Amino acid sequence: MPSKGLIASIIDRHRRDRTRLIDILRDIQAKSGFISPEAVADVAAGLGLSTVEVEGVATFYHFFSSRTAGTYAVYLNDSIVSVMKGRAAVAAAFEKAAGCAFGETTRDGRIGLHRTSCIGMNDQEPSALINGVVFTNLTPAKAKIIVEGMKAGMDVPAMVAVTGDGANASKLVRAMVKNNIRKGGPVIFAPFRVGAAVKKAVRMTPEDVIAEIKKSNLLGRGGAGFPTGLKWEFCRRENGEAHYVVCNSDEGEPGTFKDRVILTECPQLLFEGMAVAGYAVGAKEGVLYLRGEYAYLKPYLEKTLADLRKKNILGKKIAGKAGFSFDITIKLGAGAYVCGEESALLQSAQGERGEPRARPPFPVQSGYLFHPTTVNNVETLCMAARILEKGADWFKALGTPRSAGTKVLSVSGDCKKPGVYEIAFGLTVRKLLEMAGGLDAQAVQVGGPSGNCISRGQFDRAIAFEDLATGGSIIVIGPGRDLFEVVHNFMEFFVEESCGWCVPCRAGNPLLLRKLEKIMSGKGTPSDITEIETWGKTIKAMSRCGLGQTSPNPILTTIENFREMYEAKVDRGNSFLPEFDLAESVKAASAVTGQKYAAHAPEKARE
Amino acid sequence: MSKPKTPIHFTVDGKKCQAFLGQTILQAAKDNGVYIPALCRWEGFEPAGACRVCTVRVAGRTMAACTQPVTEGMAVENNVPDLQDMRKSLIEMLFVEGNHMCPTCEKSGNCELQALAYRFQMLVPRFPFQFPARKVEAAGKKILLEHNRCIKCLRCVRGVRTRDNKAVFGALRRSRDKEITVDQALAAALPEKQARQAMDRCPVGSILRKEVGFVVPIGKRKYDKEPIGSDVEKAKD
Repeated sequence: MPSKGLIASIIDRHRRDRTRLIDILRDIQAKSGFISPEAVADVAAGLGLSTVEVEGVATFYHFFSSRTAGTYAVYLNDSIVSVMKGRAAVAAAFEKAAGCAFGETTRDGRIGLHRTSCIGMNDQEPSALINGVVFTNLTPAKAKIIVEGMKAGMDVPAMVAVTGDGANASKLVRAMVKNNIRKGGPVIFAPFRVGAAVKKAVRMTPEDVIAEIKKSNLLGRGGAGFPTGLKWEFCRRENGEAHYVVCNSDEGEPGTFKDRVILTECPQLLFEGMAVAGYAVGAKEGVLYLRGEYAYLKPYLEKTLADLRKKNILGKKIAGKAGFSFDITIKLGAGAYVCGEESALLQSAQGERGEPRARPPFPVQSGYLFHPTTVNNVETLCMAARILEKGADWFKALGTPRSAGTKVLSVSGDCKKPGVYEIAFGLTVRKLLEMAGGLDAQAVQVGGPSGNCISRGQFDRAIAFEDLATGGSIIVIGPGRDLFEVVHNFMEFFVEESCGWCVPCRAGNPLLLRKLEKIMSGKGTPSDITEIETWGKTIKAMSRCGLGQTSPNPILTTIENFREMYEAKVDRGNSFLPEFDLAESVKAASAVTGQKYAAHAPEKARE
Repeated sequence: MSKPKTPIHFTVDGKKCQAFLGQTILQAAKDNGVYIPALCRWEGFEPAGACRVCTVRVAGRTMAACTQPVTEGMAVENNVPDLQDMRKSLIEMLFVEGNHMCPTCEKSGNCELQALAYRFQMLVPRFPFQFPARKVEAAGKKILLEHNRCIKCLRCVRGVRTRDNKAVFGALRRSRDKEITVDQALAAALPEKQARQAMDRCPVGSILRKEVGFVVPIGKRKYDKEPIGSDVEKAKD
């Protein structure tokens, strides 16, 4: 347990700042392996909060624990692609070698085995985080070696023998992660000369910068597709003591990992995009909200920021422009999918539970620290920088008339070349599958679990805002896979990741999951399909944020596109089947009373 | 009170209504004698949009009436069959999510969840009961927390604070594991009036002031004679 002195020094290091509560808790978790009630009380006292406020934050995030998570805390990804690539065998190997089950910690507290949602490594699964260090392409044999290393007390970073390509191999990253850039494109993955965007921007008025972005028709790349120029304009127009630029680097949609590659290979482009946004909206400060899973990139990103300060791309009087100063700080998350929702992200960046806010007011009106804020996706900000460099017309010439530019896709699952593809909008799913070597797919999950599961008959549809809109997650589901297993995995994910604020999402999603399990177990009837559809529509219509508004999609889109699969699973001859086995359920009582119960008496027999 | 108010016009289910800029749909409807059912809302607290029972539809989009500002010319759909059924299903979700035994509950007759179930003529929930294992926190000096009945409306989290602005209640964890918790030391030090308020503002029988049960007998309670919302509907005509 950490001493009072240690906790006090951690709180002091973060200047007793309430908005840095997550940083404080991250440090305590890292130092002591868990956050004890005593630590909660000390932090509460140190920040002038009640204990329940601190405990509320400490229990919200996946990477905080109230019991020891282990000197070595293993977080194995349980998203569907990890499952497809052999997660079960790897998990079994970990359990056998460590001598404890998932969800537990070894008796000596040395090794803890935990499951976690997608960690952004879908092109190299199964993967795990161990004390924040990424381990990819795991096999049972590798798991065994890793456990041996942990038992021998090895340093986790030292267990990384072979590093990945590009900046992954750099001293500050030293990760075994691979970039897998299968197809580069002209906007994101083309060479970039540092300063090219910012130097051009400062020679224009902020209004002209916004006009250029508006002219380019750049739409937000996080999935929602809001016009970026318009967002900046709204933000600039708001009165406020300060304006902020926040970069959403919390890509948590299972199957997406493109922002990780962009952060690794093009951070200069991103930071210039943020500076351009800052110039446009009148902000002096930017915040990069980095998902906790990508904490391994933080030292490298900090170094990149320092370099840019030296080059006067960040800092004061940027590129010689009097009156323009802008700098960026990095804020880490601690494991919560919902923080990808922009208002939840803002709450989290302020050290709160990552629960979405009521909207309106929108972030452009009341965002980070309740000041006018533009929240943009990593890819969007990179594109804005490139648009400044090359011009709106150049950008608009790419893609389709309604979807300008390119899109970076994260392709994973049953294909020969999983990885990152920068494609021009308008590309059909079929062409993408051809490139990735996955043409025999039975289904493709476009846009991750919250998106759309399409069938072979829809492969000629185009990836574009006007057809298949996507934040970039593409999961190829090969022939022979049980699609129900995929849907089930996604629904478990949503049940788990709901913040629990609103009723339909918190209470409704578990009911959908249960109904799905009833159908999967063969105890469903046609009325169950009708009911699950109706319930799903209710949850979508009544939920408070994007999570609940899309969480029924795995079920609803597969019922729409693979209805025959559901119909084959249900008993058409029956109007109702109970989800439980009566005889089995009353077994204990029967043993006492000696009475026997019929499992399910047909109507006639009862007359 | 003296600040100038801009009058605006809107309709609820076709009924012409008047409101002031800055009001939410729910407040404005109430002022016009239109009841929009709601469960997590409490006059004077920051609206949470948690229960979603007040969901209305405007131009094809659903939104929470308690958080959405009313605007000029807005045509609000409120008492329409599909919305009413979805609202009813939210009430039913709450019944199956927790363990609600009205006959033994201190709050019966004063309970807003129960009252809404009556108003929506709920007979039996369409969803399977979840029978979650939940605890009763009775160790506190003044406040008893009956988690079986908690619907996480967050009224207590939003509204009960100490004089130096510390939250007495908080939310733990997330998803279906979310739980309301109380700082027992702060709760024990609450002035009597505030402790009673905490109980009265809880829409269900989850927060109870110890040692004051059944002060008002069953039969004479708030919703024993009239459905919830009657006061709003009677206020105008």
